[in-house]
Amino acid sequence: MTLKLGVPSKGRLMEKTFDWFGARGVELSRTGSDREYAAAVKGIEGVELVLLSAGEIPRELAAGRIHLGVTGSDLVREKLAAWPDKVSELALMGFGHADLVIAVPKCWVDVNTLDDLDAVAAAFRAKHGFRLRIATKYHRLIRDHLRDHGVADYQLVDSQGATEGTVKNETAEAIADITSTGETLRANHLKILAGAPVHKSQATLFKARGADWNDKTRATFAVLTDKLGINA
Amino acid sequence: MTDKALIRAEATRLRGFFETKGAQVVEADILQPAGTLLDLYGEDIRGRAFVSHDPMRGEVMLRPDFTVPVVQMHMAEGAEPARYTYMGEVFRAQEQVAERAPEYFQVGYEVFDRDAPIDADAEVFALIRGALEPLSLRAATGDMGLLLAAVRGLKTTDRRKAALLRHIWRPRRFRALLDRFAGRAPLPEGREALLAKEDPMIDAGPQIGLRSAAEISERVDALREDAAAAAISTQEVELLDDLLALRESTSNVLEHLRDIAVDMPAIADAVDRLEARAEALVKRGVNVDTLDFEGSYGRTSMEYYDGFVFGFYAEARPDLPPVATGGRYDALTRVLGNQNGSGEIPAVGGVIRPELLLELGAGDKA
Repeated sequence: MTLKLGVPSKGRLMEKTFDWFGARGVELSRTGSDREYAAAVKGIEGVELVLLSAGEIPRELAAGRIHLGVTGSDLVREKLAAWPDKVSELALMGFGHADLVIAVPKCWVDVNTLDDLDAVAAAFRAKHGFRLRIATKYHRLIRDHLRDHGVADYQLVDSQGATEGTVKNETAEAIADITSTGETLRANHLKILAGAPVHKSQATLFKARGADWNDKTRATFAVLTDKLGINA
Repeated sequence: MTDKALIRAEATRLRGFFETKGAQVVEADILQPAGTLLDLYGEDIRGRAFVSHDPMRGEVMLRPDFTVPVVQMHMAEGAEPARYTYMGEVFRAQEQVAERAPEYFQVGYEVFDRDAPIDADAEVFALIRGALEPLSLRAATGDMGLLLAAVRGLKTTDRRKAALLRHIWRPRRFRALLDRFAGRAPLPEGREALLAKEDPMIDAGPQIGLRSAAEISERVDALREDAAAAAISTQEVELLDDLLALRESTSNVLEHLRDIAVDMPAIADAVDRLEARAEALVKRGVNVDTLDFEGSYGRTSMEYYDGFVFGFYAEARPDLPPVATGGRYDALTRVLGNQNGSGEIPAVGGVIRPELLLELGAGDKA
């Protein structure tokens, strides 16, 4: 029985993940043609690499089909209810940084905090007859955050891309999205609310609590964490 | 876990009890249009309810309770006064406490009676208490009408009162606003800088989105007005705190409330109603000397309940949810009535969880 390690299957997140493991003596690589999703591990016995879409890694971890997985901390929190029951964080990997933020039109000079947003949502609903719309794909994280801060009279509208454009297109009044530099937000005449972001995300190595942890996989895990310099 | 057939039989027995007391049996669809519930409870309900999608009807929810469909049914075709009883499963998604049941039975009794609201309060409480016999349960009661009256009577601006009333069922947010209006907490970040600006719209960039420039400047004006308004006095905040901290028997609390009403005359009518209700309860055989009253009861989990509120608890089993809960929800009928133009219908009711009765050893004799 091998220990299955799920990593993002493409792009910078994959490259950075390979670099991170490589720097710690575990060489991950793709094999076969460019288009074939096959991979190999060198420097340790008993680890099998599984290439997956970063968005599917939380689900595979929760189901215990992989023992370990690398994905954004935002995705785990968004996709898994009660995530600490299902996975544990082994290492914050120091790349893939992005903040989940709530942004409103820059012309809303009267709105700087969630407190303002809540007051505006009440007035907006009274005036327009529907709840103030926030476009996002991070439904759980945003809903929990707004509930914790007592924001009411809003609705979340799903937006899987080009979220920053929804305000200008009048399909939403505000947005909640991941940003690293804020450049796209500014270009679309939006500003980020003051205060801490909803979540500061980065690439993270997770351990699945519900995977098959037998003598063999536990032993492999001990060797791997030792190599990676993780106390687990 | 008790057998479902037994729970259904117990639910049927309880509904039969309410039927013999003159209630009409009604049914409600399990699939409810999501829009109404979302407009009432906001996005939060998505975390608590099962949301599904119908290709033709759009978003639907498995009914999280019977109250909304029963009110809608009554508004559409009911004659007043009306008494209804119902039974069936309700569905609650449990994101946090996974061990709580996502579906369970409720049996309910609801009264729509415009003319004698106080007597209807007492009737519902006494009837539910009767249905729970012979179990010995602790009853807790409260009255959201007191707090609402106290807030409406504050010596402050209408805007501040409206903001507090809007968050009355969100205690943490309510407290944060009250602290700010009382000058105990700082203004939100950036507020002072905004108010200091001669022209707040400078550097605002292009006007985008549905919220107009007029709406923005209206709010800036409102913020200026708010900054100039006097703080809510310490005395008023302390009286509110006294009200929220009340925890004694119903007969003792009346005396205490009379004292508070001397300094806070706005609650006098609500105190009169509480007294009249206590008398109505006595007439129905309730001992108000031992009936607990809690000033904050109903604030966290009973949104839209704006008058008498109550719950029955098994004291030996703190792990169990309340066996029965209920109260007056005129605010809910007001909101639903505004949507369909039928106006407010005073309403009070309560629900029992039959499987808890079985678990606690009642109802076996049935």
